[in-house]
Amino acid sequence: MVDEATKRSLAQIPLLKTKAGPRDGEIWVGRLKEEYQSLIKYVQNNKEADNDWFRLESNKEGTRWFGKCWYIHELLKYEFDVEFDIPVTYPTTAPEIALPELDGKTAKMYRGGKICMTDHFKPLWARNVPKFGIAHAMALGLGPWLAVEIPDLIEKGIVTHKDNTAGAGE
Amino acid sequence: MASVEDLQKKIKELEQALEEEKQKNRQGAVRQKISEMSSEVVDSNPYSRLMALKRMGIVDNYEKIRDYTVAVVGVGGVGSVTAEMLTRCGIGKLLLFDYDKVELANMNRLFYQPHQAGLSKVEAAERTLKEINPDVIFETYNYNITTMDNFNHFMKRITEGGLTEGKPVDLVLSCVDNFEARMTINTACNEVGQTWIESGVSENAVSGHIQFVIPGETACFACAPPLVVATKTDEKTLKREGVCAASLPTTMAVVAGFLVQNTLKYLLEFGDVTHYLGYNALQDFFPTMSMKPNENCDDTYCCKQQKLYKEREAKKPKVVKEEPKEEEVIHEDNPFEIELVSETSVEESQASEGQVPELTEGLRVAYSVPAPEQGDLGNNVVETDSTSLDELMKQMKSL
Ligand SMILES: [Zn+2]
Repeated sequence: MVDEATKRSLAQIPLLKTKAGPRDGEIWVGRLKEEYQSLIKYVQNNKEADNDWFRLESNKEGTRWFGKCWYIHELLKYEFDVEFDIPVTYPTTAPEIALPELDGKTAKMYRGGKICMTDHFKPLWARNVPKFGIAHAMALGLGPWLAVEIPDLIEKGIVTHKDNTAGAGE
Repeated sequence: MASVEDLQKKIKELEQALEEEKQKNRQGAVRQKISEMSSEVVDSNPYSRLMALKRMGIVDNYEKIRDYTVAVVGVGGVGSVTAEMLTRCGIGKLLLFDYDKVELANMNRLFYQPHQAGLSKVEAAERTLKEINPDVIFETYNYNITTMDNFNHFMKRITEGGLTEGKPVDLVLSCVDNFEARMTINTACNEVGQTWIESGVSENAVSGHIQFVIPGETACFACAPPLVVATKTDEKTLKREGVCAASLPTTMAVVAGFLVQNTLKYLLEFGDVTHYLGYNALQDFFPTMSMKPNENCDDTYCCKQQKLYKEREAKKPKVVKEEPKEEEVIHEDNPFEIELVSETSVEESQASEGQVPELTEGLRVAYSVPAPEQGDLGNNVVETDSTSLDELMKQMKSL
């Protein structure tokens, strides 16, 4: 199941109220505001807990999201581009988060670098429509994925540290 | 160092090999278009064995197949084989949708060949299929249907991409490999009232299914949580370490066969079209059932289509006939065989587990969804405030 740390940080992410997707016009703008509020709070929580690990931004329609996520392994920071689209069926279906530069480097990915969610993710998401938003998808999907896959990829030498990225102490 | 004689001999051999290759290409004459399907049994008629279905009394009017248009969404392991079967059957028009490229990692499946690696799947498929049967008209789209722009275009092609431009397609076949794309097809088909068939193969490659959806009349893909064909493997022991999904050409071909068989039955009106057909490859068990739509379906267009269907039915003259016993998706009186051991009432357990459809043996839901909560979400909810979206975007950037 979901580990304790994830559960705790998940519980602190504000839930959303509006059930609306990108085809819903004005109500989607309302949902988008909630997404940003929830994400801002989550990033602030992470900073306070000394566990800041991603930044995201979107196009003005809020349909395409992009940014960076990073993972600290043995005091070195490994940074990756993140991107995803908001599907027309959102929030009934979760966004498919992708790390394009790792595409083809691990079997725990679908084409295009979309990360493989655990078996628990989909039921949990389905049970929490429309309360879960992008911040929850990051916390439940990408966070645990990085924690399992990145150390493994580093160990196998598939991911190496880039000297131009700043270290953990930045 | 080889002698001149040896080299001359070598050249001769190579010339001969080249000539043989050329000969092969000449033999592989391009199949010409055929204006009318004939039942004549000659070795040059690609339709003779299909037209024989008429003589045998299986199909009344086989050549009608040429009047039909089918959209195949996803041309991977199931979709490519599906498209090939329909092409060989002489379908009128095929619309193919897929955003993926052919990869060597796909070669455990049928249809694509190693030399096509790197090509978009729809382009590679169109090339091969046109060679097999140039009578079929193709329309291909290399994009992801789940994003806003593509979705609108996808809906437009479903409603206007029929054999006569402006007319809808006759059937949509879902051959995608993920929940998001299935829901997208479901959304589009509910909205425009398009009949479609969903298909799928499990991630462990040992089960699959097809589901026939007539919006408003049979359960849609959102009417219940996804159904799973139960195989006697303990799901908890299913190891997913290191991989997302496995696949077998066998399971995919079986499912493609089910899909196209029911497509032919639906279009050419013979036999019975199965509403839900499962395939448990480990025990060779094939659960079937019918499902009525969920009156409380999450998709508002599904509910609208249900109303329209009821209105259509009410207008029909009453014909006295034995109704085949259909199982309701939602079974309120006797919910899902829960043993009442504790004080938990049926209502309470139903609220916590949500509504679960009554299913035939060998099927279960992937998960249950609780009934929607009323009002209070607790304290940790985003506050409604007057901060503008631009302001919030700026705040996010400055973090
Ligand atoms: Zn429905």
